[in-house]
Amino acid sequence: MIKLEHIHRYFQVGEQRIHALNDINLTIKQGEYVSIMGPSGSGKSTLLNVIALLDQPSSGRYLLNDQDVTQLNDEQLARVRRENIGFVFQFFHLIPRLSAAENIEMPMVLAGIAAKERKQRVAEVLKAVSLADRAGHRPDQLSGGQMQRVAIARAMIMRPGLLLADEPTGNLDSQSGREIIELLEDLNQQDMTLLMITHDESIGQRAERCIRIIDGQVS
Amino acid sequence: MRFSDTLNQSYTAIKTQPVRVLLIVLAMSIGIASVTVLTALGESARLYIVNEFQALGTHLVIVLPGRTETTGGQPPIFGETPTDLTLADANALLRSRHIAAIAPINIGAAPVSTRGLERETTIIGSTVDLRQVRHLSLAQGRFLPASDSNETLSVCVIGRTIKDELFANQQALGQWLRINDRRFRVIGVLASEGQSIGVDFDDMVVIPVAAAQALFNTQSLFRILVEAKSKEGMYKAVDEIRAIIKARHDGEDDITLITQDSVVKTFDDILTALTLTVASIASISLAVAGILVMNVMWVSVTQRTSEIGLLKALGATPRQLLWLFLTEAAMLSVAGALSGLLLGKLALVALQTVYPDFPLYLPPWAVAAALAVALLTALIFGVLPARQAAKMDPVTALSKR
Repeated sequence: MIKLEHIHRYFQVGEQRIHALNDINLTIKQGEYVSIMGPSGSGKSTLLNVIALLDQPSSGRYLLNDQDVTQLNDEQLARVRRENIGFVFQFFHLIPRLSAAENIEMPMVLAGIAAKERKQRVAEVLKAVSLADRAGHRPDQLSGGQMQRVAIARAMIMRPGLLLADEPTGNLDSQSGREIIELLEDLNQQDMTLLMITHDESIGQRAERCIRIIDGQVS
Repeated sequence: MRFSDTLNQSYTAIKTQPVRVLLIVLAMSIGIASVTVLTALGESARLYIVNEFQALGTHLVIVLPGRTETTGGQPPIFGETPTDLTLADANALLRSRHIAAIAPINIGAAPVSTRGLERETTIIGSTVDLRQVRHLSLAQGRFLPASDSNETLSVCVIGRTIKDELFANQQALGQWLRINDRRFRVIGVLASEGQSIGVDFDDMVVIPVAAAQALFNTQSLFRILVEAKSKEGMYKAVDEIRAIIKARHDGEDDITLITQDSVVKTFDDILTALTLTVASIASISLAVAGILVMNVMWVSVTQRTSEIGLLKALGATPRQLLWLFLTEAAMLSVAGALSGLLLGKLALVALQTVYPDFPLYLPPWAVAAALAVALLTALIFGVLPARQAAKMDPVTALSKR
């Protein structure tokens, strides 16, 4: 599903040139459960951003579902993201003025799906993350765990093949953190590829495969 | 992304900032209101004047003694020309096939009195054809009799004001009226017309032209009003009038001819230019409102940086983001434009109640133009912030909190 070949990523910070990713070669198969670990500044977020198509590598080849995505323009990248990738962030990133249901609906709104179908699918995923009774609540009326479940519902609404989670439990207490991890692992059981960045050794070890990044290199 | 969804998203985003929206709508509506009110005033003035001139008659040619080209200035008001226009000149014009009626005009001021009441008023000397040429109507009696224009009949037709002032609550017809030291019998009263290009027919006494010449001791005419038989005939009539008078004035081309449509067109042009000038000055306030729109949109984009990053991650294309923010700007402007139109309409209604005589009219094109300009301002001034949103780097945008 994901094939990274000789990926390099440089950043220019003032006079300094930072080599954030150094010759990354990585293959992830459909349905895999992979955790990415490493100290801060190691380049794991940059790696996730490149995989997420939010960032373009400075050199190298990236094949997503056998398509070379390093050649695409911004409009095409947005479409690929919309259809193939779901995001779960550490800080949830819900739109504060919209209700839980409206937040979950957003990717479908961007995709131009009809309102009737949207409503139906939102109801389904709300049930799947057991938040059916919170559909009309705004983010400030939800707990951290509930907000993250809304974010997961939003990530799965387009039924993407790839789920990217950046420290999904980083802002949660251990109880809700465990619930979120279980929810994500459930989705992985349904053949969704799960790629998760984490600091937490115990969570990282749960993955079938654990990739460690140090100084921009897979160790 | 569907159009209705774009509208909905922009609307919910706008709703969260009511104060900012109120300010921008206020600024925009002041701009639109001033443009509409000033356009309406200018346009109404134009229509008023054009209508006044058209009320004079459609195929009217005015013959003035003197010639602007030869004197280099305004045509003189009273016959200070090398050769005066005379009654004989006027009668000679009847030879033209294209002329329907001729009204020689002599004007002067004189005291008018009856039974101890006296009033200084305008005396106009003319013929029976004045009624046709100026479209006058009578309230009582009849107009000047159709007789030879050289005959000094002692009859007069009085305007409404004269009737009310000198013959209040009395029968005016058949009474004697003294003008200077001559006596005239009242044979008709004009129907009230109100002002007509500064000529108040209500406060006027009409007497036969020969009588007026005798009264003011002059042989010359103030001007000659000529009504052509048709619009096309008017230009031929102009040429013929010029030829006839030239032949009579020893080959001297010493008259000025003003056609109805040239007068109307001149006023029309002047007042249209005036309206446009005033409207463009007012539209400066629209530009100011536009800059305010831009300002508000910058703030909006900056404040919602992380949201823009999120939308990008969720698969919003740069074009979708551009349209989302442009739609917001457009919505603000259209809301401002609509309330501005309402404000302008209210101002016009208020003006109309204060000045009921002045016909106020807001042309539909001005309404459409106001809306279009507001929308255009929004798009022009909204495009920079919206482009900033569209071009934002998703990684940095997402990291903003």
